[in-house]
Amino acid sequence: MTPGLTHLQRLEAESIHIMREVVAEAEKPGMLYSIGKDSAVMLHLAKKAFFPSSPPFPLLHVDTTWKFREMYDLRAKSADDAGMELLVHQNPEALKAGINPFDHGPAHTDMWKTQGLKQALDKFGFDAAFGGARRDEEKSRAKERIFSFRSASHGWDPKNQRPELWNLYNTRKNKGESIRVFPLSNWTELDIWQYIMAENIEIVPLYFAAPRPTYEYEGGLFMADDIERLEQVLGHRPRITERSVRFRTLGCFPLTGAVESTASTLSEVVQEMLLTTTSERQGRVIDKDAGDASMEQKKREGYF
Amino acid sequence: MTTPAYATDALIADDIDAYLDQHQNKSMLRFITCGSVDDGKSTLIGRLLYDSKMIFEDQLAALESDSKRVGTQGQEIDFALLVDGLAAEREQGITIDVAYRFFTTEKRKFIVADCPGHEQYTRNMVTGASTADLAVILIDARKGVLVQTRRHSFLCHQLGITNIVLAVNKMDLIDYDQTAFDSIVADYAAFAAEIGIADFTAIPISGLAGDNITQGSGNTAWYGGPSLIDHLESVEVRSTANLEKPFRMPVQWVNRPNLDFRGFAGQIATGSVKQGDTVRVLPSGKTSTVKSIVTFAGELDEAQSGQSVTLCFDDEVDCSRGDVIAVADAPPEVSDQFEATIVWLDDEPMMPGRAYAMKLASQTVSATVQPPKYEINVNDPTGAGSHLAAKTLELNAIGVAEIMTDKPVVFEPYRENRSLGGFILIDKLTNRTVGAGMLHFSLRRAQNVHWQAVDITRDDHAALKNQKPRVLWFTGLSGSGKSTIANEVEKKLAMMNRHTFLLDGDNVRHGLNKDLGFTESDRIENIRRIGEVAKLMTDAGLIVLTAFISPFRADRQLVRDMMGDGEFIEIHVDTPLEVAEARDVKGLYKKARAGELKNFTGIDSPYEEPEEPEIRVNTVEMTPEEAASYIIEQVLPLK
Repeated sequence: MTPGLTHLQRLEAESIHIMREVVAEAEKPGMLYSIGKDSAVMLHLAKKAFFPSSPPFPLLHVDTTWKFREMYDLRAKSADDAGMELLVHQNPEALKAGINPFDHGPAHTDMWKTQGLKQALDKFGFDAAFGGARRDEEKSRAKERIFSFRSASHGWDPKNQRPELWNLYNTRKNKGESIRVFPLSNWTELDIWQYIMAENIEIVPLYFAAPRPTYEYEGGLFMADDIERLEQVLGHRPRITERSVRFRTLGCFPLTGAVESTASTLSEVVQEMLLTTTSERQGRVIDKDAGDASMEQKKREGYF
Repeated sequence: MTTPAYATDALIADDIDAYLDQHQNKSMLRFITCGSVDDGKSTLIGRLLYDSKMIFEDQLAALESDSKRVGTQGQEIDFALLVDGLAAEREQGITIDVAYRFFTTEKRKFIVADCPGHEQYTRNMVTGASTADLAVILIDARKGVLVQTRRHSFLCHQLGITNIVLAVNKMDLIDYDQTAFDSIVADYAAFAAEIGIADFTAIPISGLAGDNITQGSGNTAWYGGPSLIDHLESVEVRSTANLEKPFRMPVQWVNRPNLDFRGFAGQIATGSVKQGDTVRVLPSGKTSTVKSIVTFAGELDEAQSGQSVTLCFDDEVDCSRGDVIAVADAPPEVSDQFEATIVWLDDEPMMPGRAYAMKLASQTVSATVQPPKYEINVNDPTGAGSHLAAKTLELNAIGVAEIMTDKPVVFEPYRENRSLGGFILIDKLTNRTVGAGMLHFSLRRAQNVHWQAVDITRDDHAALKNQKPRVLWFTGLSGSGKSTIANEVEKKLAMMNRHTFLLDGDNVRHGLNKDLGFTESDRIENIRRIGEVAKLMTDAGLIVLTAFISPFRADRQLVRDMMGDGEFIEIHVDTPLEVAEARDVKGLYKKARAGELKNFTGIDSPYEEPEEPEIRVNTVEMTPEEAASYIIEQVLPLK
């Protein structure tokens, strides 16, 4: 046996330890599942943590109805493979008002994601919810605890976080309060990719380059995943061009910028990531709403 | 500005698979950086991220424009802006919490805990140090070893960090003067030896100019040691040392998918385990044999410290969350009394005698802390004044105290095993993490005093008296009528041939507790002793009535926790303050209002009403006689 663990082994063992603590101490845990690569890794770690049992909690997808179709395909399959219940929540108010990313701008994220998430957590009564966020993603994430406490109204108070020492997590909370737990806190984007390769984890094919129908909108390049719906909302049919593109992160298709690429294998994707010079979240429109402090503000309001 | 030393590895472009192979087996090092406010920590970390290519072009563009707008480096890049995260502190210009940063080189992945240097933030530093393998202590070359340097080094040492790097920063501002560097190192060496730091590595650097960060610098030709990165890449990590220790695994969760499988899930703290090993389950001490080491990827022959695994045994030995599985012939100790170093993390000071929840590995018990033996003067931990007298510990204070737990705890001294020696204390009411500590050793009396197994059990005592023992705990303001009503209740119980005893101020304050005054901690101790006496009396089969103000919820909870299920009956004698004050039978309110009596409940000391008492009596609506009858009805049947 080689003495000492590699960095991936250490990260894996830590994440598993975190998940088991939650299951041992929380009353009703659930796992936020966004279908992206981080969620895929988190789900894989959950399978490992509780094997041979299935992970003893459901998956929750807070849906916006605007995700890529390939994401919906993998969603059902992944839950099935893991032997877990899949809960899907769509904010009924957003559904009724027909909230979309073009006409409603920031309200799209707020109504579908932030409010939808709060509704779902209340509806299913989770007192602990796993999320796949990483500290390397964004400045305010870097200071968030692994066990992040939320008030009864789901707000985050960055000035009043519990100190987190060693691997001892204080999971006690008052009635109505809940915990967001981030088992991937110490992983970086490169770690995630290396782990996906090492463990052969299935991810949405959109991460790999392929010829896809694309259109340009307000300076960004997007994929026309559902052209009829786009036309309906925009009032015209955008000019579609087929390009070889892929995605570095996955969200709502009209909000997730595509990058032109020919990287069609995992190692080519990692190669491109390492050679590229723009950071991961840049393709997402959501962080830019309020300049510098926008993610921190969203988290205070209850966003993951 | 120097060019990034880790500018894109040519291998990435030429042969990505070879590159990935190389990076697949990297090890990981977690370290903390500590220094005073202006020592340049954030700048150093920003520099490490920048030089290891962890900054993307868009971030760099933002950094450049921010640097010009709010930076402190004129037109140059202000690396600190990369690191200072939250909105508020960006405005204040100081780092105020622990932030975790990541970078990677060809040999290692690094996790950096950026710890604040500001005086009152010991709490954050201790948090960052608890998971670190190594500490980088920054010193401003112009200022030398400061009070903060001593404090940070001492705390790192207390938290068990043995790898210390003394980074003498801002060498560019003293013209890379070797004599100045040597003199700082000599100063530090003298201090380090005094507090027990056996070894450290001193490196002259400039975070701003980049000297000796990733590679040697021509500016310090007199320095023959490694650059900071070289050192961080090659130093031995703690996980390797843990492997040589005896096997211990705290059980987190019992995995029971079906009747045929029963596995014990946990992360191995130290040592390694093989199929067929004889192991011992603590605290029960029962032994068993490891049948299999189960993982998702298949069964393992052997597993080592750091791994999260699931163990199955040959037989059906009892084992559950909180137990520790250990090598059979060298198990850890079990005790319920310890000496520990405690760091206080909460705004509300430590309350000696109060019951806190204590979490150690996967064990959670109820623990009370004695008044500290002494507080450590962290600013001068080696001087004559290093031990301060203290009755409690305030936020950021660190002290040595004895701890008692309500159940035996499986532990090892922190120095030998961080996982079984480090603990946190949680306030049972606010749920805040209020303290952290490191166990040193078990107190001898716990090892030697074993519960004497008696032939006449408490059940026998109770059966002889034909009653179920209970504690009727009357709580309420002074003058609310507790003693009067308790006395009525006792008379009624006597009429019913029940064996009772009434504890009140008269028979307790004058004897058992005559050494106690009325300060908050004395009042807590008063209640604790009454609780213990009441418990002994219930063991003897009695129905105990107590009539004390007992104003603090946590203390009543402490007594409740001592008793068996359903034995503790909290009775709130509910009388509004105006009514009790108007009665003022003993004239005490008058004195308190006049300032002649200090710490008087309801006047200058709070009364925390019971949230869910078993019984509540309203003395405005009921006479003492009616209240007593009502209480008797509520506690029936008596056996």
